[in-house]
Amino acid sequence: MTTTRSEVVYTPTFTDGDEFRLPTFKLLQQDGTLYDGAETPDLDRDKALRIYRAMVFTRVLDERMLAAQRQGRLSFYMQCTGEEAAVIGSTAALDDADMIMAQYREQGALAYRGFTTDEFMNQLFGNEQDYGKGRQMPIHYGSAKLHYMTISSPLATQIPQATGYAYGQKLAGKGHCTITYFGEGAASEGDFHAALNMAAVHKVPVIFFCRNNGYAISTPAIEQFAADGVAPRAFGYKMQVIRVDGNDILAVHEATKAARRMAVEDNCPVLIEAMTYRLAAHSSSDDPSGYRSKKEEEAWREKDPILRMQRWLLDRQWWNEDDEKALQESLRREVLETMKRAEKRPPPALETLVSDVYDEVTPALAEQFEHLKMHIRKYPEAYPKSAGQAKGGA
Amino acid sequence: MAKMNMLQAINNALDTAMAADERVLCFGEDVGGFGGVFRATSHLQQKYGKTRCFNTPLVEQGIIGFANGLAAQGSIPVAEIQFADYIFPAFDQIVNESAKFRYRSGNLFNVGGLTIRAPYGGGISGGHYHSQSPEAYFAHTPGLKVVVPRNPHQAKGLLLGAIRDPNPVLFFEPKRLYRASTGDVPESDYELPLGEAEIIKEGDDITVLGWGAQMEVIERAVELAEKESISCEVIDLRTILPWDAQTVIDSVLKTGRLVVTHEAPLTGGFAGEIAATIQDRCFLYLESPIARVTGLDTPFPLTLEKEYLPDHLKIFEAIKANIEF
Repeated sequence: MTTTRSEVVYTPTFTDGDEFRLPTFKLLQQDGTLYDGAETPDLDRDKALRIYRAMVFTRVLDERMLAAQRQGRLSFYMQCTGEEAAVIGSTAALDDADMIMAQYREQGALAYRGFTTDEFMNQLFGNEQDYGKGRQMPIHYGSAKLHYMTISSPLATQIPQATGYAYGQKLAGKGHCTITYFGEGAASEGDFHAALNMAAVHKVPVIFFCRNNGYAISTPAIEQFAADGVAPRAFGYKMQVIRVDGNDILAVHEATKAARRMAVEDNCPVLIEAMTYRLAAHSSSDDPSGYRSKKEEEAWREKDPILRMQRWLLDRQWWNEDDEKALQESLRREVLETMKRAEKRPPPALETLVSDVYDEVTPALAEQFEHLKMHIRKYPEAYPKSAGQAKGGA
Repeated sequence: MAKMNMLQAINNALDTAMAADERVLCFGEDVGGFGGVFRATSHLQQKYGKTRCFNTPLVEQGIIGFANGLAAQGSIPVAEIQFADYIFPAFDQIVNESAKFRYRSGNLFNVGGLTIRAPYGGGISGGHYHSQSPEAYFAHTPGLKVVVPRNPHQAKGLLLGAIRDPNPVLFFEPKRLYRASTGDVPESDYELPLGEAEIIKEGDDITVLGWGAQMEVIERAVELAEKESISCEVIDLRTILPWDAQTVIDSVLKTGRLVVTHEAPLTGGFAGEIAATIQDRCFLYLESPIARVTGLDTPFPLTLEKEYLPDHLKIFEAIKANIEF
């Protein structure tokens, strides 16, 4: 088994694989018209508008919440800006019951599936209505009913988990798959390798979706890998792969739709590399002016994926200037009003500090909690979020 | 009842679990058709098929990442790490992911179905990387359970308990006893509770506490001590995390003395946690300092393994010194 399908040569023959050049799949030009030779994709008006609204919502949410972080109302934030088409276009190509295991820059996927503005805000403010009970940093969303696995900060850990999740889906036999999103930086982690190899060996219905946005914080992709992007690695695992223009909503949607068909019908893992650009800073704690030029950012701003889709919709007469204005205004108002409500909601109950570590609170932890409550009762002014709740018997 | 060695008991537990629930899957390196390098998963692939018992590529972080995903999906994965020494590549998946999955999601998701089996411990000329006892690394991680059996009966009952526990469990198997320890094991389906220590022998003068393969060593030390009329209470902790402090506290309140022993190095070993807790809870009842008889603060050596290990003589000396304090 060590040299299957290998030809024999009689001189030392090396290759760096450069002869296997991957093309980039594109359909939509920046002016909103299709490339010559590109076929009009099978995307109906309702779905196209659902996608577009999710993209605009994500942009509006991101702009407003970054501003809120700058005002000190929020501890942390990360934007999806520039990558809305990559994320939402791919999610839209799935069944709504397929599992999503994302990295952190995929709020657009949740927006597309119908996560409400309230649900976003409750997580961002870690209030008593946050599903995560205020335990994780902002943008670490999760939704069981929308099949969106709770985000965690350690990079790439979700990738082999997606392989395992999808293996379980294959055994369950209900025709579902898992998509896992990650950046090109995360693809350097060992977990990426583990996940792709296991998925290929075990024929698992999983889509690996790489957002290659050029940067991992300050590290440009050229310092992340020497190869032509992430996609060529699929060859080494014997995995189907496609590279797509990540700012082209139609191409991303078509590619993912085909990938899903292969995953579900053939139990065949697929790697998609979406070429895009992180228009915003890495996070609210980052300033990209220290490592890249305004000129470079401007060049990519002209490739804005939302503008590109808007032009396509206008061109098809599925959308007009008034629709655009009304949508922008209503989303801005909704985000602002919902934020104000979420900020005022109380923090999670003190007891959520110790619940869910295990299925039940252990005796040792219950004891630690009673000690904590006694302490808070003694110094209530030092613990304003919980002083009211610490009252009452131990 | 049937006579089984520890491997047969573990194999029987896996067979029992897979027969009772089709969501149970066993996988790891060489676990499939071959049945594992120690034969713990022998015949399971033949009986339950390649989709439920299979080989994985050689990648520990992948095995546990995959297992986390499967458990989150609702399956009940029993993942094998070939030696506990090789669990460290999966440390991130276990500590940052498995352990925090339920807490961080507000209980929207969990990996409660997960069990990780790994042979641990020395005494087999395993050198640095086939001898380690890593339980204390994991004992510092809320969200995990850590279990170590001492004989075949315990191994089957505790493993079934681990597989069915709604929390991720690390199950460390004392490989020195895989074939050396034999005993009667019920062929029926039974579980032993996690989080409960077991008093193996009652006594009045001193409490001697350990787990896993060390229990056999304790028995030999206690035999020597009893010949000198020292009455020892012997406790098998069985679960390292969350550990049964109350049983140990009650025992030390009675005896006033405690010896804790483990193969792992002294500094940062789990005996330190036990000693601190007992000191705190039994301060006025302690008649001598709590003794820790452990491995040295060195990597696990090959040629001088016998010198390194906390054997029955070292424990016996600690018991005597404690009584004579």
